[in-house]
Amino acid sequence: MADLRTDFIGIKSPNPFWLASAPPTDKKYNVERAFKAGWGGVVWKTLGEDPEIVNVNGPRYGAVHSNDRRLIALNNIELITDRPLEVNLREIAEVKKAFPDRAMVVSLMVPCEERNWTAIVKRVEETGCDGIELNFGCPHGMSERGMGSSVGQVPEYIEMVTRWCKAASRMPVIVKLTPNITDIRYPARAAKAGGADAVSLINTVSSIMSVDLDLFAPTPTIDGKGSHGGMCGPAVRPIALNMVAEIARDAATAGLPISGIGGVTTWKDAAEFIALGCGNVQVCTAAMTYGFKIVEEMIDGLSAYMDQKGFRSIEDFRGRAVPNVTDWQYLNLNYVTKARIDQDLCIKCGRCHIACEDTSHQAITHLVDGVRHFEVMDDECVGCNLCVNVCPVDNCITMVELTEGVDPRTGRPIHREYANWTTHPNNPAAANKVAAE
Amino acid sequence: MSSVLDALAAVPAGTDVAAGRLSPDQYAKNFADMHDPLSRHEAVVESDRCYFCYDPPCQKACPTSIDIPMFIRKIGTGNVDGAAETIFSANILGGMCARVCPTETLCEEACVRNTAEDQPVRIGLLQRYATDHYMESHDGYGARKAPTGKTVAVVGAGPAGLAAAHALAAEGHDVTVFEARPKAGGLNEHGIASYKTVNDFAQKEVDFVLSIGGVTLETGKALGRDIRLGDLRRSYDAVFLGLGLQAVNALGLEGEGMLGVEDAVSWIETLRQAPDKAMVPVGRRVVVIGGGMTAVDAAVQARKLGAEEVTMVYRRGQESMNASTYEQEVAQVNGVKLVTFAAPVALHGANGVVTGVEFERTRMGLSGKLEGTGERVLIPADQVMKAIGQVFVPGPVAGETAEAVALDKGRIVVDADGRTSLPKVWAGGDCVLGGEDLTVQAVEHGKIAARSIHAALMG
Repeated sequence: MADLRTDFIGIKSPNPFWLASAPPTDKKYNVERAFKAGWGGVVWKTLGEDPEIVNVNGPRYGAVHSNDRRLIALNNIELITDRPLEVNLREIAEVKKAFPDRAMVVSLMVPCEERNWTAIVKRVEETGCDGIELNFGCPHGMSERGMGSSVGQVPEYIEMVTRWCKAASRMPVIVKLTPNITDIRYPARAAKAGGADAVSLINTVSSIMSVDLDLFAPTPTIDGKGSHGGMCGPAVRPIALNMVAEIARDAATAGLPISGIGGVTTWKDAAEFIALGCGNVQVCTAAMTYGFKIVEEMIDGLSAYMDQKGFRSIEDFRGRAVPNVTDWQYLNLNYVTKARIDQDLCIKCGRCHIACEDTSHQAITHLVDGVRHFEVMDDECVGCNLCVNVCPVDNCITMVELTEGVDPRTGRPIHREYANWTTHPNNPAAANKVAAE
Repeated sequence: MSSVLDALAAVPAGTDVAAGRLSPDQYAKNFADMHDPLSRHEAVVESDRCYFCYDPPCQKACPTSIDIPMFIRKIGTGNVDGAAETIFSANILGGMCARVCPTETLCEEACVRNTAEDQPVRIGLLQRYATDHYMESHDGYGARKAPTGKTVAVVGAGPAGLAAAHALAAEGHDVTVFEARPKAGGLNEHGIASYKTVNDFAQKEVDFVLSIGGVTLETGKALGRDIRLGDLRRSYDAVFLGLGLQAVNALGLEGEGMLGVEDAVSWIETLRQAPDKAMVPVGRRVVVIGGGMTAVDAAVQARKLGAEEVTMVYRRGQESMNASTYEQEVAQVNGVKLVTFAAPVALHGANGVVTGVEFERTRMGLSGKLEGTGERVLIPADQVMKAIGQVFVPGPVAGETAEAVALDKGRIVVDADGRTSLPKVWAGGDCVLGGEDLTVQAVEHGKIAARSIHAALMG
């Protein structure tokens, strides 16, 4: 049986599944329910200074749905906690005392002055919590007041505030990053330079979820107007995975602990974040969609996967995928694949054909001897994988590597030795390069 | 209507054939819609199951070639009226076809979802969702082009005639539709099981089709009785014959005239036209002879009217029945007993009233021909319904005159465009050779003939 316990920057938890700082962690009632359901830790919803902020009294959430109303993405314009600081601090202390084996991290956001940060950090430390997370990520509302992502978009501010917090407290400090930035490595480097123990990412993506075509206003709509919100959920996961990988493989931040956030919905998603170097994951949208019980599936699924692979602990596979994330220029141009359609699984919908015919390389038949039949023509197939992606049947179309003979498309013999763009004859800059990596 | 009331009143004395066997609530429940229509949510979820196939097999399987993936995609995007327009542009009777088409042997059989999961997209119900939605807020479909001054006579207001009339009127021709019965609609109005088309849908659809304008409907006008083909050819620029089938096959047994022996098609027609189902007499024990859709419709409705024992008897095996597997299931679910490999050999009766049918057991012989085994079985019955196929009565269009159209195997011969052997005369639906007794195919015949007529008139 795999051991799911984690020690993330000195913070221990029974499993790597934490609830992210968000509505599910706003108060004692919810957090106790989460811990009873089995969550390994929480990041308490962001605290600010009194007087407590106010939220809109209209809708706070917007969504992208599939036709069967599956939630593909959620966004929100809710601000940080709208309860008095004192109430939150008291409840944090009570919950931590009642659940000492769970991770209790507290998210913070105050104006960008040293005395403000020092003051709140001191008060939070008294709760007995395990660490703090600096919210430099929220892209809506608070950013207009010089907080949240407006700090996270300026690496110098990140470094400065992180340094203040480290100086003010013995507690581990996690810096939560915004994805609303061109190159995620800069804020991560700044966090490290400021002394951060870890980074967590991603916070939400600036977004308009839809436009009401009767009101001609963005949703969610407040009295005829809308404001951009922060998007989360399954749709943002690929963005998050890439940003995590960028930090994990950046020499300047290599080894910096990462808490992975962004659309984690199942154990598989969590395993992918861990494979890219994350020490744990934080979940929000999946819980907000299905309730806290989903953690049972996550724990069981991850455990079963690890047993099957022979991984005894999270550390056994953490970061295993990082060395395989590379730049395009280092990809092997001698690796030749062709699509193969399993005729026993094919349901003859023809989507592979029309996708290839209309938008790609005209490499899939639709009639053979006058009969509806979908077959890849190797002399046209560039191995692009589009047919695999549009096929509605799992595993019906697969990519198969050609290991010998001649590529019927190019007429060139198959070479199995690695060769990339840096040495390719068509690369004007190739003369001075060597095959690297 | 008076003939309907006469038929309803003709309950044979001294037999166990009676009306009003059930309570009003039971009649209402038994004759309610066979399928609940999809709700908006169900339709959107179901639409998501369509893969939007290339060169869609469902569309190829549809006799009217409705662009099924396109109308389903429109439902999914909230453009439900647009979905209905896609349907009506190919099949103006798309509303009825959504109800009565044997989709399990047409579009839904071809659905690629069957291959992976044995569960096709519910195309028929989605089509009904779109067409119902459209018909709730539109009086009709299509706009009439400027009048051409050309006139066309359409004989028969069934699916073929209605489809032809709509298409011709849309092109700007003036159309007169002659219908022998008091009401238009053909088998949709008179011959299909009541629970497939509730709330007077057939008449609503007739109104929907004819609202395009330029069509005059003349009911109570039968070819050969009130109008003559020769006169129509002289008075109109073109004639379309959508005559349907006028008679049912006889058993060829003695005693077919006994009380209680009925022709299933007329019995269903009486039931369909009855102002109240409680007025329709039905036997306590009913035997239906035949294996097609009409046999199922008669047997199931007999049960729904309160018959205690309904036995459907077919001379071959179940796999040879014209009724689809789904229809057979409908019969069985409704408590109809199915007897196969039995052919009727004698009608039993007393005092001019039928009391049972004697069958001989049959089997497939070594030569592949059906043969009797000599074993006899008597099934007692108060009412016997004949449903062994309908026939075309060619009288009004046949004969040795210059006004006769060529026939083959007792049906009108037409070319691919629906032209008969007679100049200016087209035909379609069940009355032509190759007709398959399907509403949707009759619609296609009407559509094709209309296109050909239009080309000829404007040529």
